[in-house]
Amino acid sequence: MRRKNLLSDLDWFSIALYVILFTLGWFSIYAAEYDGVRSGVFDISSNHGKQIIWIFVSLGIGMTILIIDSKFYTTFSYLIYAAVMLLLFSVLLFGTEIKGNKSWLVLGPISLQPAEFAKFAVSLAIAKYLSTLNANLRSWNSQIVSFIIILIPTGLILLQGDFGSAIVFGTFLLVLFREGLSPLYLIAVVIIVALSVLALIFEFYYLIGAVFLIGLIASYLLRKNRQAVAVLVIFTIFSSVYVYGVDFVFDNLLQERHRDRINVMIGKSGNDWNVNQSKIAIGSGGLEGKGFLNGTQTKFDFVPELSTDFIFCTVGEEHGFIGSFVVLSLLFGLLFRIVHVAERQRSKFSRIYGYGVASILFFHISINIGMTIGLAPVIGIPLPFFSYGGSSILSFTILLFILLKLDSDRLSVLR
Amino acid sequence: MDFFKSRMLVIQAIFLLTLMIFLGKLFHLQIIEKSYKELASQNVVRRIQLHADRGIIYDRNGKLLVTNDAVYDLYVIPRQVSKQLDTLKFCELLNLDVDFFEKQLMKCFQYSRYRPSLFLKQITTEDFARFQEYLHRFPGFYSELRTIRRYPYKSAMHVLGYVGEVDQNMIANSKYYKSGDFIGINGLEKIYEEELRGTRGSKFIMVDVHNRDKGPFKNGALDTFAISGKDLRISIDITLQMYGELLMQNKKGSIVAIEPATGEILALVSSPTFDPNLLSGRMRGENFKKLSEDTLKPLYNRPIMGFYPPGSTFKPLMALIGLQEKTLSPGSTYSCRPGYHAAGLTIGCRPHPTVMNLSESLQQSCNAYYCHVFRNILDQSKYKNTQESFAVWTEYVNSFGLGQKMGIDIPNEMGGLVPNPDYYNRLYKNQSWKSLTIISLGIGQGELGTTPLQMANMTTAIANQGFYYTPHLVKNIEDLQSEKLEKYRTPHYTKVEQSKFPPVVEGMFQTVEKGTARASRIPGLEACGKTGTAQNPQGEDNSLYISFAPMNNPKIAIAVVVENAGGGSKFAAPIASLMIEKYLNDTISTQRLALEKRMLETDLIHIADEKKELAVRP
Repeated sequence: MRRKNLLSDLDWFSIALYVILFTLGWFSIYAAEYDGVRSGVFDISSNHGKQIIWIFVSLGIGMTILIIDSKFYTTFSYLIYAAVMLLLFSVLLFGTEIKGNKSWLVLGPISLQPAEFAKFAVSLAIAKYLSTLNANLRSWNSQIVSFIIILIPTGLILLQGDFGSAIVFGTFLLVLFREGLSPLYLIAVVIIVALSVLALIFEFYYLIGAVFLIGLIASYLLRKNRQAVAVLVIFTIFSSVYVYGVDFVFDNLLQERHRDRINVMIGKSGNDWNVNQSKIAIGSGGLEGKGFLNGTQTKFDFVPELSTDFIFCTVGEEHGFIGSFVVLSLLFGLLFRIVHVAERQRSKFSRIYGYGVASILFFHISINIGMTIGLAPVIGIPLPFFSYGGSSILSFTILLFILLKLDSDRLSVLR
Repeated sequence: MDFFKSRMLVIQAIFLLTLMIFLGKLFHLQIIEKSYKELASQNVVRRIQLHADRGIIYDRNGKLLVTNDAVYDLYVIPRQVSKQLDTLKFCELLNLDVDFFEKQLMKCFQYSRYRPSLFLKQITTEDFARFQEYLHRFPGFYSELRTIRRYPYKSAMHVLGYVGEVDQNMIANSKYYKSGDFIGINGLEKIYEEELRGTRGSKFIMVDVHNRDKGPFKNGALDTFAISGKDLRISIDITLQMYGELLMQNKKGSIVAIEPATGEILALVSSPTFDPNLLSGRMRGENFKKLSEDTLKPLYNRPIMGFYPPGSTFKPLMALIGLQEKTLSPGSTYSCRPGYHAAGLTIGCRPHPTVMNLSESLQQSCNAYYCHVFRNILDQSKYKNTQESFAVWTEYVNSFGLGQKMGIDIPNEMGGLVPNPDYYNRLYKNQSWKSLTIISLGIGQGELGTTPLQMANMTTAIANQGFYYTPHLVKNIEDLQSEKLEKYRTPHYTKVEQSKFPPVVEGMFQTVEKGTARASRIPGLEACGKTGTAQNPQGEDNSLYISFAPMNNPKIAIAVVVENAGGGSKFAAPIASLMIEKYLNDTISTQRLALEKRMLETDLIHIADEKKELAVRP
C-alpha cells in the first residue's frame, strides 16, 4: 500500500476552480450592492462584507474536513443522515419564519437553513446504501429504500414551505440512473414534465386528441408487437387522466401566485417584471459588458434579490457575453471535473457520492441561470459559490470537500 | 462499450446540452437581440404605478357622500437629476422653499441614487398643471396620478371613517400594500377596504435622457390596468343625518335611527363631530393630532362605543318579559306611595296617581310598578331559585340584542353589559344575592350598560313586534354578491311572542299622547315612545328617549342620548320627535318650529367653560 500524502493527492484542479468561483462571486455581490458610493470591503453591515466572513468560515470547515480521516464519512453516513433529518424535523417545531418559509434555525446571531445540509447528508446516505453488497437498483427493494432516503428530507422541507430546496432532491434520479436504475424513470420524468407543460399551454381536448392520435399511429406501426401495443394503450389512458389531473390541480388547488409563476414560465403571460428586468440587464451587457461597477440595470429596484438569486445578472450586464461564457465554463468545468473525479474512484461509495455532488450542483446551476434568462421557473435557489448567503456557500463547500477528501484517499484505501 | 460507461456519457451529454442551450440563449440575448441593449443604454424603462380609484359611496337616495379628487405625487430618481437643474424655477412653480428643496433632494439622494423616492406628495391638479409644462426641464422627476378622498356633505364622519397611508407594519404583513398606499383606517372605509380599494395596475414607459415619454415599453405587453374599487350604496339618509348633526351641535351624545323592516341605519350621529375632509389630504396628520387631543373626544364613536344605563327606556322590555312569563297582565295594578319600599330599601318615584295599570305605568314611567314587575319575574315558584330565574331573564334581554356586539359594519363596536348569574356570583360571594339585591335592573339602572345602537335596535324589535335585523350601513356593493352582507338578511326573533306586544305598544303610544313625552307629540302622526333619565356618576343625568313611528307599519325607530342634559323629556324626546317628523314629513310643522329653534340653539357643552374653538382647519 502506498503512503498517504494529503497535499499531493488532493485534486488541486477542483480547488482552483472553487477558489476562482467564490472570488468572482464575491466581486459580483460587491458590484450588485454598489450604489455609487464606495463602501468598505469589510463593511459587516453589507452583504459583501458578510460574505467574506462566510468564505473564511467555509475555508476553515473545508480544511477541517480534509484533516478528518475519510473513514469518518463512510462509517457515520447513516448517523449524519439521521442527525440532519432530526434537525429538519426540529425546524418544523422550533424554526423561525423568514420570508414566508419556516426553514430557519436561529441560534443567537447565526441563522441556519438545515435544508442546505440535507444535501450532503442524503448524498452520504445514498452512497452508503448503494455501496452495500446486496443493493441492486434493478430490484424493487433497493429502489424503494433509495427513494425513501431521498423522500424523507424532501417531505420535511416541503412541510417547511420551501418548495425550491425540496425539489432539488429530484436530481438524485441522475445518481440512481448512473448506478443502474432503469432509464424508464428518467424518460417518465421527462414525459411528465412535458405533459404538464403541454397541459397548461393547450386546451384539454386538443391535447387529449393529439395524445390519442399519436397512440393510434404508434399502435398501428407497432401492430405486430402485442406487448408494445398494450403498453401504448395504457400509456395513452394514463396520459389523458394525468393531463386532466394537471388542469384540475392548476385551476382549483394552486394558489394564485403559483399560477402566475407557472403562467409566466410557459409564456402564457409575459407579465413578469422580475424575469423581464433580469433579461434586460443581461441582454444589455452585449459582447463585452459595461465594465465592473458600471452596470445600470442591476441596481436595486430593477432586478430583485440581486445578490442572492439573481446574481448572474450582474455578470451578464457588467461582463457581457464573454463574462457569462467564462463563468458558465467555470461552473460546468467544475461539473465535468467532478464527474471525472467520481469515475476514477475505485470504491463504489466514493463514486456514488461524487455523482451526488455533481447532480446537486447541476440542478442548482441549471435552475438558477435558467431563471435569469427566462428558461426556467423562478424558484429561489442560489447559484453555487456565487450567490450571497452563509448556509449556501457553507453547504456547497462541505459537499465538495468531502468528495475531495474521499478522492485523496482513493489510492490508499479500498472500500 | 460497457454499461456504466455509457451511462456516464448520457449524464455528461445532459450537462453539455444544458450548457449549449444556455450559451445559445445568452448569445441571442446579448449579441443578436439589440432591443435589450437599446432599452437599457439609451432609454430608461420606468414603471409607473396606476393607482386604482377607490370606490365611491352613495347614500340611500343616491347622493354622493364620498368621492375622489385627483392629485399628483412627484417622484425623483436622484441619479438622473441634472446638475444644471433650475432650482429657482422649480421652487417657484411648486411654491417651495429653496431650502426645503435642497433638503428633500438630499434625503432622496441618501436613500438611494437609483431607486425612485417620493419627492412631494399630493400636489393639486391646478398646481401640477403649471408644473407639468416645465417637467421636461427637470430630468429625473416624474409624476404619478392618484386620488384622495373628498366628502361633499362634510358629514357622517363616524360612519364613513377615513383613509390613511399604510404604515411599515401593514406593508410587512401584506402582499398587496406598498409604501404610500392608502388604506381604510376607520368606519366603512376600513370594513369594506377590500371592496373599495380596487386593484393597482402598472404601466411601463420608456423615457429618454430629456425626460420625455417615448411611449409604452414593449407596446404595453407588460402593462396591467388598474381596476377601480366597487361603489357602495349605504343606508344613511344624508339629509336626515345632517339634520341630526345640526340638532346635536353643542351637545354630547348620539342619535341612531333604523328602518325597522330592514335593519338599515338611517342616521348615526355622534356628537361632537367634525368635517371628514379634515382627515383627507396633506393636513391629515396635523388635524388628526389636534382632534385626538380634544377633550370633547370628537373621534370617539359614541353610538357604538358609548356605555349608558338605559334607565326608564328599559321599562317596555321589562313589561314584555312580564307578559311573556305571565307574571303580568295588561290590567295588573301596583301601588306607588310614591316609590318602592321593601326590607328597608327605598326606590323613589316621580309624583303621579297612586294606583296604575300597565299602560299608565309606561305613560308615567312609574319606578315602583317595575320593581314589582321585576321581582315577580325573578321570584316565580316555577324556578328553583333566583339563579335560574335570573338566567331566564338574561336570555330575554339578550334576545333583544342587548349585552353583546350587534355586528354593525363599522369597527370598534362595544357590546355593553347585561349581567348574568355568574356575574353576580362573582360580585356577591356564596350566591347570597336575591331579586331585591339587583332590583335596580328592573328600572334600567344598576350594572346595565347599552350602546345607543343597541337601544335603537331594541326599539326596532318592539316596533316590529318580535324580530329585528342586525343593524347595518351598507345596502349593496355595486354588482357584488358579498358574503359580508348575508348576515344582515336574516331576521332575529325575540323570546317574547308577537301577541304580547300590543299592550306595550299601546302604552308607548299613550306616553307620547298624554304621558311623559307629550311635549314632543307630532300633530297628525301616531308615534310611540318612552323617555328615560339615567343617573350618571360623572354629573348631570343623561337624557334618553326611544321612539318609533308610525305606530302601525313603523318606518323609523330611533334612540337618542344627550349626555348630562337632565330628564328624557327635556332634550332626547324633542330631538327624536324632530328627526321622525323630518324623515316622515320632510318639514317641521309650524307649531313645532319654536321647539326646533330651542333644540338647535341650546348649548350644553360651553355652559361651564368659556367657548372654545375646535382648533383645526381644512
